[in-house]
Amino acid sequence: MSEPDSVAALETIEGAPGTPTSSVTEAGKSRTLAGDAWETLRGSWVFWGSLVLIAIFLVMAAWPGLFAHADPRDCQAMRARQEPSGSAWFGYDVQGCDVYARTMYGARASIIVGSLSTLMAMIVGAGIGVYAGFYGGWVDILLSRVTDIFIGIPILLGSIIILSSIPTPPGSDFLNIAKVALAISVLSWPSTARVARSAVIQVKQSDFVAASRALGASQSWMIRKHIIPNAAAPVIVITTISLGGYIGAEATLSFLGIGLQPPVISWGIAINDAAPYIRSTPHMLLFPALFLSLTVLAFIALGDVVREALDPKTM
Amino acid sequence: MFSKKTEELGKPEVDENQPLLRVRDLSVVFRTREGSAQAVNKVDLDLARGQTLAILGESGSGKSVSAKAIMGILDMPPAEITSGTIEFRGKDLLTMPEKERRLYRGQRIAMVFQDALSALNPVYTVGEQIGELFQVHRGLSRKDSKKKAIEMMDRVRIPGAAARVGDYPHQFSGGMRQRIMIAMAIALDPDIIIADEPTTALDVTVQAQIMELLAEMRRETGSGLILITHDLGVVAETADVISVMYAGRTVEHGPAVDVFANPAHPYTVGLMESMPRLTGAGDRLYAIPGLPPSLLNIPAGCPFAPRCPRAEDICRQDPPPPAVQLDGIRYAACHFAEEVVSHGIH
Repeated sequence: MSEPDSVAALETIEGAPGTPTSSVTEAGKSRTLAGDAWETLRGSWVFWGSLVLIAIFLVMAAWPGLFAHADPRDCQAMRARQEPSGSAWFGYDVQGCDVYARTMYGARASIIVGSLSTLMAMIVGAGIGVYAGFYGGWVDILLSRVTDIFIGIPILLGSIIILSSIPTPPGSDFLNIAKVALAISVLSWPSTARVARSAVIQVKQSDFVAASRALGASQSWMIRKHIIPNAAAPVIVITTISLGGYIGAEATLSFLGIGLQPPVISWGIAINDAAPYIRSTPHMLLFPALFLSLTVLAFIALGDVVREALDPKTM
Repeated sequence: MFSKKTEELGKPEVDENQPLLRVRDLSVVFRTREGSAQAVNKVDLDLARGQTLAILGESGSGKSVSAKAIMGILDMPPAEITSGTIEFRGKDLLTMPEKERRLYRGQRIAMVFQDALSALNPVYTVGEQIGELFQVHRGLSRKDSKKKAIEMMDRVRIPGAAARVGDYPHQFSGGMRQRIMIAMAIALDPDIIIADEPTTALDVTVQAQIMELLAEMRRETGSGLILITHDLGVVAETADVISVMYAGRTVEHGPAVDVFANPAHPYTVGLMESMPRLTGAGDRLYAIPGLPPSLLNIPAGCPFAPRCPRAEDICRQDPPPPAVQLDGIRYAACHFAEEVVSHGIH
């Protein structure tokens, strides 16, 4: 076989269209993953709707006095279970407290418990997930089994055991709230850990991680610069969605009488107090339940649209 | 932002009198559920300064695994290096602690990946990614490393580098992305550039430009280039030395001109004949019959024997001598190497 002819064939390609000088700079603004997601979110009414609701609830949690002028702790037995009227829009509850004021003030406990549990579950879950996913091997096996054990414990049952075995510190609303948040997050981090782990394993196999290694990056550099930014999206999504779930869990635990304890004002406690009277005076249950549902719905809807927006397949 | 304990800056010192790269007896095994796959089997490679070595072979022949082993980016486990040495300027990279080894990556040995789109991180601009190198290895500030990035983009002739430094990988065409990969590979003036099928993911029209750029960068920097490919056309144009791999072994090794003119292994002959030619229009394109053996179960004797038109009983029973020396630095792992060189396989 002599000089291959394909060499000659290759020569003719030189200077073909597509040489650097003839290539055109692509027009258009920079499109990043976040930018793309923003474009999708901007036109979504679900996104704006849930965002507005969440904003309202956040303001409500921070400054309930802006919404309610009545004192939620001003309870007079003589007006117990009065129907909604001009002076008390949501009526009065069993103790004769203003339901509207108590609903507004109740947002604070729910939002704090929700955010605190989310924060703790995210730090623990994402930390363990990233560690297990990145290092693999024995570390992964060990951490994954621990995660499985925690997933095996039913959240409600587990929290009941935890909450009933730790005495409520009297006189501090915040410690009461923190205790409930802890009980919820101790049992709910595994789902975040699983999501983070699988996201990290997926990213770890990307060529750009190998490329970064080939360029001499250290492991901590790879985790910080390449793994976490690319694995963050699913963790953000599950975190947003579960925040709604944690608020619901708080209400459930308070309803059962083992979550938040009076004098803390919370929707769960209000629902618990109102439950026996549901047939005669449903307004006492209706309003706190409505606000609870709206809050949970807002966070879950937000998480859902964010998930859709961050999903590269829908871009 | 990248100081403290993590990074020593600067290139590792080496002895310039030692051979650039000397791989001896390299074996890599993948441990899988189905058994052990012998991906690389006692491979020897040599590379000198300014030289281009082409490693040629089909998918699964072990060429990429060899490159990753040299680079030190094999995933271990499942991979395991069972024997051999990889000496860079006389220093064995395999016995070196990971911390020291890392300093060689990027600074002494760099790699151009096959698919630039997946080898670039989608969440950072190309400027940040080229600049990352200068931050990691040279301790430059964000601003200075961006300047360096523009410089490098100019060097690989990306038009409008200063304007495009803030663009994301997906905003570039395939050819431009591969140029960015090359810019990253040569950024720290490595002594060896490993290009793993650098043109496979590109349009035919762009392939020649990228090869030309790689060759030019090799000339400019005086580094050695290891070109991993299954594209004979690419090899013919740029390679000085060719190693042909089959089923994890080197089956033929020699100067590119000689191997092309006069292949000494029936497998190389088959590869050459399966290349489309401008003459002989209307003929059916030749294809080597059969498939490469499963690496989990490499046949006794010569691994190519079941597909070899020249095979005799001895080929099915005895493994061929690993390197029959022909003239000069030509070797072939074939019982009949001398006859194949002089008479072909028919």
